[in-house]
Amino acid sequence: MTPPTAQTQRPIEAVTGNQAVAYAMKQINPDVVAAYPITPQTDVVQNFAEYVADGVVKANFVTVESEHSAMSACIGSASSGARTMTATSSAGFALMWEMVYIAASMRAPIVMTTVNRALSGPINIHCDHSDTMGGRDAGWVQIYNEDAQEAYDATIMGFPIAEHPDVRLPLMNMYDGFIISGAIGPLQSLTDEEVQQFVGQAPGYPSLLDFDNHVTFGPFDGLHGWYFEHKVNQQRAMDNALAVIQDVYDRFAALSGRRYQHLMQYRMEDADIAIVVIGSAAGNARSVADKLRAEGVKAGVIKVRTFRPFPAAQYAKALAGVKAVGIMDRADSFGAAGGPLYMDVTSALYQQGVYTKAANFIYGLGGRDIFPHNIEEAFRVLQKAAEGGDLPKSRVYLNMKGA
Amino acid sequence: MSSRLTEIRWHGRGGQGAVTAAKMVAEIAAERGKCFQAFPEYGPERSGAPIVAFTRLSEDPIQCYSAIEHPDLVLVLDDTLLSVVDVTEGASDDAVIIVNTEKSPDDIKKGFDFGSRRVLTVPATKIAKQTLGRAIPNTPMVSALSRITGYFSLEEIEDHLRHTFGKKFPQKVVDANVEAAKMAFQEVRE
Repeated sequence: MTPPTAQTQRPIEAVTGNQAVAYAMKQINPDVVAAYPITPQTDVVQNFAEYVADGVVKANFVTVESEHSAMSACIGSASSGARTMTATSSAGFALMWEMVYIAASMRAPIVMTTVNRALSGPINIHCDHSDTMGGRDAGWVQIYNEDAQEAYDATIMGFPIAEHPDVRLPLMNMYDGFIISGAIGPLQSLTDEEVQQFVGQAPGYPSLLDFDNHVTFGPFDGLHGWYFEHKVNQQRAMDNALAVIQDVYDRFAALSGRRYQHLMQYRMEDADIAIVVIGSAAGNARSVADKLRAEGVKAGVIKVRTFRPFPAAQYAKALAGVKAVGIMDRADSFGAAGGPLYMDVTSALYQQGVYTKAANFIYGLGGRDIFPHNIEEAFRVLQKAAEGGDLPKSRVYLNMKGA
Repeated sequence: MSSRLTEIRWHGRGGQGAVTAAKMVAEIAAERGKCFQAFPEYGPERSGAPIVAFTRLSEDPIQCYSAIEHPDLVLVLDDTLLSVVDVTEGASDDAVIIVNTEKSPDDIKKGFDFGSRRVLTVPATKIAKQTLGRAIPNTPMVSALSRITGYFSLEEIEDHLRHTFGKKFPQKVVDANVEAAKMAFQEVRE
């Protein structure tokens, strides 16, 4: 990311991804944070608890007995009109499952950080995207971040998106477990005042605690009720969210100088081959693209940022002129045609009438490292296809032992 | 590897402060307007068990997050690790290795094959015990690193210790760390 000229005066601090997000939460200063305080929780919550203990935030900090209870408490809190945040990871997110769907259907604008880590077994606590990919159909806005700075920025953009009257959906921010969550990198933060001004006042939707205007959340709505129409409205909110999110990204750029799009394109203007990738692996993909460009190979990279709602038309437009695209999944969807990102991107292409050749690369499961030479290997597969060859129809595994 | 990028690998034992040392280098880099990244090799952390941490320093923004395969510099915080792990693994022939030991570089080289790599020693634990009263060798190691690479001056390390470090620790501890840095800067041997 190009550092903004107007903002270069801001000091750079050395922090972990989790410290960056906890700091954003402190600056947002929500009304309630309800979270499970034990593994697989990350130290986002521990760091935030220190702010609570130091008395520098006003949040009612609720430590609950399970992640299921954490999301339940968040739903109750958000439905009462309180600005509510939480954080989770891995199996903790899986345990929230039932309530994750309910949060979305009750249109509770909760902002949650989910640090991407594997689901067991075998038992593994390291990075992959299995946890949040499993939650992609739950009705939450999902935004993937590459590094600590992006995760910090996305946290601050959370409420303006989630609480927007055209959206009113919970929002999940993700970044790679350990690789970003535990690594120390640069952070250029905003001031508390800037954050407060950007996030603004809560919209004051009808709440359970408004005794003059009675409302009901989440009641029984059986066979002859409006369940179906509620679901249609959730999808309409997702449709609306695309424009709202970009608008919030743009407003944030005006404040910080850091500019975001739903998909972040790198050297895609005239690309013959392209990699689509999520999170911390994007940097290695860009450096390999640079290397190939120096050899005269027209390589580009698309980094996924907004994943739900999925900006299908934008992917089709970006990939229309590309001869072969490799879609990299750090999770699998067992038994499906490919990994979750592969299915979304190829569906988007087909829907828009773009028939770019596409291959699926699975990498990084359970924290397996992904080196530049692994990504180069993927690009070489695409290069052959761009020159007229066929692409593999089944998954290609990168950096697999014994391959 | 870009000539503007330095990749450092730290070998230590759980509790010796290898991760803290990697973090200290990152913080000094941040204060000096350089680009940086620091991360441990994640796994179960047990006191005394061998651990590895990494630091990248660069003039340009760092966008690579994979492990360091070919370090330019290897810092060994405990000489008993030399018989346990291969600290030269992946290190290029012109890599520099700095070992915390009271032994001379020649003695260290007798017990372990470093190939053609430059090997330097610094008695960081001894210095830490003398100055801090505790066997935490990270400040002296950071100082030795700076002496060898010229990446930071002794004044810049002192500035970091007095300001950033000084926010968290009492003056006595800060002074002891400054003293440790100064001694280590002088006592690097080749």
